[in-house]
Amino acid sequence: MKATPDTLTVSVWRGAESGGSFESFEVPNFESQTILDIVAWIQQNSDPTLTYRYACRVGMCGSCAMMVNGVPRWTCRTHVQKVVQDNRVEIAPLRNLPVIKDLATDMDPFFDKWIAAEGLHHPTKSRHDPIEQINPESAARVEAASGIECINCSVCYAACDTVANNPDYLGPAALQRAWTVYNDSKDAGRQQVLDAVSGVGGCHNCHSQGSCAVHCPNDLNPMKAIAGLKRATATSFFRKGSRT
Amino acid sequence: MIRPHRTHTLWFAYILHRLSGLSLALFLPAHFYIMSLALTQPERLDGFLKWTDLMIVKVAEYGLVFLLAVHIFGGLRLMALEWLPWSNGQKTLAAAAVGGAFLISTMFFMRAI
Ligand code: SF4
Ligand code: SF4
Ligand code: FES
Repeated sequence: MKATPDTLTVSVWRGAESGGSFESFEVPNFESQTILDIVAWIQQNSDPTLTYRYACRVGMCGSCAMMVNGVPRWTCRTHVQKVVQDNRVEIAPLRNLPVIKDLATDMDPFFDKWIAAEGLHHPTKSRHDPIEQINPESAARVEAASGIECINCSVCYAACDTVANNPDYLGPAALQRAWTVYNDSKDAGRQQVLDAVSGVGGCHNCHSQGSCAVHCPNDLNPMKAIAGLKRATATSFFRKGSRT
Repeated sequence: MIRPHRTHTLWFAYILHRLSGLSLALFLPAHFYIMSLALTQPERLDGFLKWTDLMIVKVAEYGLVFLLAVHIFGGLRLMALEWLPWSNGQKTLAAAAVGGAFLISTMFFMRAI
């Protein structure tokens, strides 16, 4: 058996939106560490000017995603041993988003599209009304629940080639949230959602390549949610057509 | 071209569908042109048909049938994926059933000719 080397060679992307390049660092090869751990090690021990983002470190906040060896991942829950190749790791900022500096991307476009897709709550009741009972087994609730664990990490958005090729495309996470809202019986905005997701950058742009579902760290399936929106928008279109 | 985030089955299914579609689109105009010779210049059509005895053309024909099959099944797969509100398990079973039926019917077909 080969002895594990003492250090790892880590290539880290440095720069801003205007340009940059990879810089190499030697990092201790501890037995159990995450990608976020080695990024933090570099910042604390090699170069304090390295910029990156994280908050919870336990896979809940969705702020730490980066490209690791070309694949988008949540870095706080990605073990180095799982992804290391020939003792090397390459870490870059998330794809499909503007870079602020080094590994920190500007996630505004991602969240703006979330709003543009009407992935918001449209209330049916006020605080003075009694709380509505929801049957967790109803078909609509099961659909809504299937996408509810999204942590807004933008890993799917970075994995999606349609986002890369069409800047207007709302993207897998925003559309999945729209589908969740659409299926929520406490939501009054069903038609608003359908209108928002059937436009130029809407659900019909999706090629069902499924990179979103393959890479989502929470095992969600935005592709399936988008297929739901495709059916719902098509049905509503034909209904409207038959009424006029 | 095949970047790391694309190395998964669904992406390969996507690219196969794209490429088979493009190749068919390139082939079909030539196909219709040659067929039209049957009406306009039957002698030239016979000339073309002699080619089909060549081994290389036989292989090319096999390629075409393959492209057609791949594109048809890829299309059915996409339509099922997007238009049927089934669970993933149900879709896998359905795909396996269609694939199995296709294999068996092709075997009978091959024996018949
Ligand atoms: S399935 Fe659709 S949303 Fe998901 S990665 Fe592919 S194109 Fe993007
Ligand atoms: S769907 Fe998955 S990959 Fe996309 S933002 Fe939500 S948790 Fe992240
Ligand atoms: S730091 Fe919160 S998900 Fe990774």
